[in-house]
Amino acid sequence: MADGPVAELLLRRLEASDGGLDSAELAAELGMEHQAVVGAVKSLQALGEIIEAELRSTKRWELTAEGEEIAREGSHEARVFRSIPLEGLAQSELMRLPSGKVGFSKAMSNKWIRVDKSAADGPRVFRVVDSMEDEVQRRLQLAQGGQAEKLGEKERSELRKRKLLAEVGSWRDRPFKPYNFLAHGVLPDSGHLHPLLKVRSQFRQIFLEMGFTEMPTDNFIESSFWNFDALFQPQQHPARDQHDTFFLRDPAEALQLPMDYVQRVKRTHSQGGYGSQGYKYTWKLDEARKNLLRTHTTSASARALYRLAQKKPFTPVKYFSIDRVFRNETLDATHLAEFHQIEGVVADHGLTLGHLMGVLREFFTKLGITQLRFKPAYNPYTEPSMEVFSYHQGLKKWVEVGNSGVFRPEMLLPMGLPENVSVIAWGLSLERPTMIKYGINNIRDLVGHKVNLQMVYDSPLCRLDAEPRPPPTQEAA
Amino acid sequence: MPTVSVKRDLLFQALGRTYTDEEFDELCFEFGLELDEITSEKEIISKEQGTVKAAGASDVVLYKIDVPANRYDLLCLEGLVRGLQVFKERKRALVAIGTHDLDTLSGPFTYTAKRPSDIKFKPLNKTKEYTACELMNIYKTDNHLKHYLHIIENKPLYPVIYDSNGVILSMPPIINGDHSRITVNTRNIFIECTGTDFTKAKIVLDIIVTMFSEYCENQFTVEAAEVVFPNGKSSTFPELAYRKEMVRADLINKKVGIRETPENLAKLLTRMYLKSEVIGDGNQIEIEIPPTRADIIHACDIVEDAAIAYGYNNIQMTLPKTYTIANQFPLNKLTELLRYDMAAAGFTEVLTFALCSQEDIADKLGLDISATKAVHISNPKTAEFQVARTTLLPGLLKTIAANRKMPLPLKLFEISDIVIKDSDTDVGAKNYRHLCAVYYNKNPGFEIIHGLLDRIMQLLDVPPGEDKGGYVIKASEGPAFFPGRCAEIFARGQSVGKLGVLHPDVITKFELTMPCSSLEINIGPFL
Repeated sequence: MADGPVAELLLRRLEASDGGLDSAELAAELGMEHQAVVGAVKSLQALGEIIEAELRSTKRWELTAEGEEIAREGSHEARVFRSIPLEGLAQSELMRLPSGKVGFSKAMSNKWIRVDKSAADGPRVFRVVDSMEDEVQRRLQLAQGGQAEKLGEKERSELRKRKLLAEVGSWRDRPFKPYNFLAHGVLPDSGHLHPLLKVRSQFRQIFLEMGFTEMPTDNFIESSFWNFDALFQPQQHPARDQHDTFFLRDPAEALQLPMDYVQRVKRTHSQGGYGSQGYKYTWKLDEARKNLLRTHTTSASARALYRLAQKKPFTPVKYFSIDRVFRNETLDATHLAEFHQIEGVVADHGLTLGHLMGVLREFFTKLGITQLRFKPAYNPYTEPSMEVFSYHQGLKKWVEVGNSGVFRPEMLLPMGLPENVSVIAWGLSLERPTMIKYGINNIRDLVGHKVNLQMVYDSPLCRLDAEPRPPPTQEAA
Repeated sequence: MPTVSVKRDLLFQALGRTYTDEEFDELCFEFGLELDEITSEKEIISKEQGTVKAAGASDVVLYKIDVPANRYDLLCLEGLVRGLQVFKERKRALVAIGTHDLDTLSGPFTYTAKRPSDIKFKPLNKTKEYTACELMNIYKTDNHLKHYLHIIENKPLYPVIYDSNGVILSMPPIINGDHSRITVNTRNIFIECTGTDFTKAKIVLDIIVTMFSEYCENQFTVEAAEVVFPNGKSSTFPELAYRKEMVRADLINKKVGIRETPENLAKLLTRMYLKSEVIGDGNQIEIEIPPTRADIIHACDIVEDAAIAYGYNNIQMTLPKTYTIANQFPLNKLTELLRYDMAAAGFTEVLTFALCSQEDIADKLGLDISATKAVHISNPKTAEFQVARTTLLPGLLKTIAANRKMPLPLKLFEISDIVIKDSDTDVGAKNYRHLCAVYYNKNPGFEIIHGLLDRIMQLLDVPPGEDKGGYVIKASEGPAFFPGRCAEIFARGQSVGKLGVLHPDVITKFELTMPCSSLEINIGPFL
């Protein structure tokens, strides 16, 4: 554009002129659209240091229909004046004249006429002056001639109030490009929260709404004692070997353990007690001291229950936690070495399996899951144990949504909890419902540094109980 | 979870009726099993070795059933003919079983250990003799056996069982000898069981023997064997000890949340192979626990069986009356509040790994690993799991590196835990909650990161100025930072972190190409 014909013409004219050019005038002179000139100006401006342009808004004034009539015939008040003979005119008659009503009060305030109210046959109107200047008409005629700017601001404003003169802004007759409402707007400059952590916030909310208190879990490093032995998981259990658990080189061993409690745990494992046969093997303290990266947050639950057991008398509690755990497993599309575990615990007198199912029903209802089924399962530290299944509408089958159970007496009694106190618990992973919610198939796309930031930017609010978005309809191949 | 292969028709014969696949799947669900696969020998061979090898293999329908780790008794009905390992969970073998044609052998048998080069025999499915060393090599490529080799491979002596004529029955836990293999003509079976856990070995033997004895001419009879130990003591195996337990009916009802009569409960338990009857005052149930149920060690195990027989999905769901007021963990509460306002400040949250390589937290930041007080993992499989992070910065920089094509500037943050060794804690290490933010752009943007710090302090209600518990930043240096463009942050009287422009070496080592400034603080002091 800057090298187009319009721009060239403009530059030549500019060179020849003195004191600049008006774009509107130039457009009229060249016989082209004002927009074309504006375009040339803008593109020349973009090159920098060639021209200077100043934006001025001009107002144009036009007569209204009434204004045009007055310019032709004279103002109403002037016509009123002219229609009054020497001997005056009855007001009633005057009012019947075309301009009468409108012009009368104006003529009065101009002091061109007066009313004699005491006249014999009703109020009578007389001229006061011999002649008058029809200023209004004169001004309107000026404006008609395109010289409205010669009038004062006040005069123009008055004429506009009387609806004789109208301001014609230059936008009124400009064509505008239609908006493309199908295009997107400009996204606001914002920060974003990570989708997995949005889901975590929702789960925290759910637990808090159900009266559960958050347990401290700020320790990734745990001893085998709290991670396994205190939970009545035997030392030869396969989960305790290098293939599933990350053991530590440094610090390799836990420095402090509550020794009297440790003794009770040792006895329960190796000889039994508290109504149990035990596992009948040789329990080793060295094995219990081995440090590891915790494989579940149930170790934190064990610590919390132990602390609870030291407080007498016993008070019922509801605890929860959501935090990171570590497994040395085979990695694949849905498994990483680190993930987040959600855990809920209720400790009270006389809790039953029916209570566990009831709590699970309330919990999952808050996730929008109402159809639940329970399947017998096995955990080293709960008995009975249940896997929780819900019906997935999309996959048309029952899928596992969590694991649960009643903690074994061999775990609770050595802690010092009263005998008729039952502790029910359940857990699930945070990643799985998140991947389902946000339609992510590979866990590495969600967790870790290889995440696609665009996904984080675009992810919607986490509303766990909202209806899932229907999948996009297939397009014809 | 171990998987057992069972011939479907034999199974149905034992159960006394036939099931459709769906019915059987449902039955498994109710009892805590999972029907993993319906297949046949032909299909299995076809999958592993191709259809040519599979031609001629059996079409008989096999059920592959997943069994919970503690239910050893559910483990075999027919699948153990080749007499090898039982526990397939995670390739660990605690117990090995050998089954042999007794008529091909002559007792007494000796279980001993010999040098691998001194062991020579013809193993199952082979046509000539090999020494143990040769076998170890041969089986390295065998898909089934290669996982068990490590159990004895590096030992100076290998276990071996001989009969009185020097015939090798087996080299546990790897392979049996061909001499005593079971054939269709076998009339008498010798079962031997070896392992690393004596109690488990006894249990498994009891179970195997019980299972096989069902097919004996005199059903459920077994000839016991005397085992003489190195110390001269002798015992008779299998032990097959039954024991009796007493459980109160109201205990079962209370724990499950049902209201069954003692008689009904006894019936339910009997259905689970725990023969029970009501005795005494009408509230006690006496239960006979067979040797095959070694998983029953406490009344709660009996409670579970009763609940399973009742049907979990038949139990009424009720809510506990536990009244509690919930509390948030203060550190997490503060973290949640800060996260939202960090996003409001225009930064995007990331979630990075807590485990990383030593390089990530040391070399790449210009530090020596010993100076980091990091926690080290033993035998990591890859460099990605060498240490637990002591700073959030590497994770953020790696995220930028993986998102190079995104429009600039990149403004990222994370509020999460790092781990530092600490001998004052019971385990020897401690988590700290850090907040870390980075700004990555064509210009380093120190003023932006500094502005973010000011905003964070504003949110935490920490005024500027060293006194009155306020905050101040003071010029500092660090190997990760550009000289002269680093400051330490002091708040409420202590150092809480650093901010600055990252050193070009750090930028390069993390495979980045633009300047970057960062801020990392410990939010613990602000609780």
